[in-house]
Amino acid sequence: MPLHDLLIAPFTEFAFMRRALAGSIALAIAGPPLGVFLILRRMALTGDAMAHAILPGAALGYLTAGLSLGPMTIGGLAAGLVVAVGSGVVARTTILREDASLAAFYLISLALGVTIVSLRGSNIDLLHVLFGSVLALDDATLILLAAIASATLAALAALYRPLVLETVDASFLASVSKSGGPVQIIFLALVVLNLVGGFHALGTLLAVGMMMLPAASARLITQDMTAMIGIAAAQGILAGYAGLIVSFHAGLPSGPLIILMAGLLYLLALVFGPAGGLLRRFKRGRHLEG
Amino acid sequence: MANARDVITCILVSLTMAGAVPVRAQTPAKMPVVATFSILADFARNVGGERINVVALVGPDGDTHVYQPKPADAKELGAARLIVVNGLGLEGWIDRLIKASGAKAPVIVATKGINPQKMREEGRIGRDPHAWQSIANAKIYVANIRDGLIAVDPDGASVYRSNAASYLEELDALEKEVLAEIAKIPPGRRQIITTHDAFGYFGTAYGFRFIAPEGISTETEASARDVAKIIRQIKAQKIPAVFLENVTDPRLVRSIAAESGATVGGTLYSDALSPPDGPASTYIDMMRNNVRELSAALAN
Repeated sequence: MPLHDLLIAPFTEFAFMRRALAGSIALAIAGPPLGVFLILRRMALTGDAMAHAILPGAALGYLTAGLSLGPMTIGGLAAGLVVAVGSGVVARTTILREDASLAAFYLISLALGVTIVSLRGSNIDLLHVLFGSVLALDDATLILLAAIASATLAALAALYRPLVLETVDASFLASVSKSGGPVQIIFLALVVLNLVGGFHALGTLLAVGMMMLPAASARLITQDMTAMIGIAAAQGILAGYAGLIVSFHAGLPSGPLIILMAGLLYLLALVFGPAGGLLRRFKRGRHLEG
Repeated sequence: MANARDVITCILVSLTMAGAVPVRAQTPAKMPVVATFSILADFARNVGGERINVVALVGPDGDTHVYQPKPADAKELGAARLIVVNGLGLEGWIDRLIKASGAKAPVIVATKGINPQKMREEGRIGRDPHAWQSIANAKIYVANIRDGLIAVDPDGASVYRSNAASYLEELDALEKEVLAEIAKIPPGRRQIITTHDAFGYFGTAYGFRFIAPEGISTETEASARDVAKIIRQIKAQKIPAVFLENVTDPRLVRSIAAESGATVGGTLYSDALSPPDGPASTYIDMMRNNVRELSAALAN
């Protein structure tokens, strides 16, 4: 059965492949739905900025305890939240807009993080911090990823109505309820939480890819918000699976391959996406002419 | 006027002294020597003794393959009277760094005269730079460093010769000890997995097979295929032990061990010494540590 060998055998034969797949699925279930909200709120770059913001915190954790789960998670969470809140404060109190303050924060974070990791002397660990190690997920990391995914889904379910309202019509939500502020804060906290989870598997530079690429692609496929969330999660899972399979057969690094697969799906949606892809626009133009 | 000029002269003189000869001002006898990494520095310290002050650019636990030079390194090189490098492509960054630093000191290639082993990486054959992993080669390193020191500091020739002679005796003793220890391990069990195949010379010299999930360099990330190959191989050939290395992700090794059923050995040091309080703070301790860890995992 060559097809079985190609697509399924790697996972039945090797536990590390199953672990990597389980980790990717956990990341894909929770991250892309958050990405959908980020994109609809025009905050796509916020995710990127916060992913970088995690680095110095995780690096401080690394500095104190090496490549260990707890300190790096706590450090990353703390740093991500500081930047999320800090850039909002800067945007409200100074002349700089939010995008500029985020850009400033994340450049500083990235430079600071790389410097801190290098302090410990062994620079190969920097690669693991920047690019993660999806093949080396141990039990504790898997449990953390699953817990983050579960908590995120539960929180999204509970906050779904105010979150959608705030996304599509923030002033309406403000006129009927005072939940807008807390919802925004909880949402950003969820984003940071998922980026920290993604950081363990994919590293700071790629974690945000799992969140944004499937979401951007889903936006091109459908207008319907509920469907968009489902499609985004499904694409994340598909990208995780396809990336691992290609990495397995072609002998290429797994983390970057997973994000590349998500990128490939995005490019396909960009061309063929029924809700705003290139092809649709082209067709409509012709139709109007005729 | 005269007063002001005196002050300026005084400042200039102190600047010159502070900038150009800070080390000699305090300890005039010690000659500054730069080695690219901790193991070479240890050899140089043993040969140079009190006459030289050795600085290693890549410190304990650092990875020489992917090192990013710092500005301070160029300063050290500029001040050095002798530069000791491993050669065989280990320090890809050193030529540019020496050029950039404007260093005029002679460069000693410590592997000169060693017959380099070939090594396969991703289908390409390259020279294996980790020659110090065989004690016989370490003796050549020591001889090269001794000759280099004598060439730049002929006054110390007798000191360098006698230091080198007594250190070479220690290495002879070490070699006997290592061979005796390894003889206790059954030949069929002398196969292990480590994260980084820096043990090619060790393997040839002492009859071990080292198999690595990553290539010759720690620069490349292991792919799923590499890891799968290793696990298949451990199962197929019943390889008894897996070892961590001090410079790559230990979680990957643990996951391979858990999946394949091999035992996880302690830490082997290959490319870098440990910090002074660690088990491998000198070359001799490093070799002893490695052999002890290997016997502990393989002897039963």
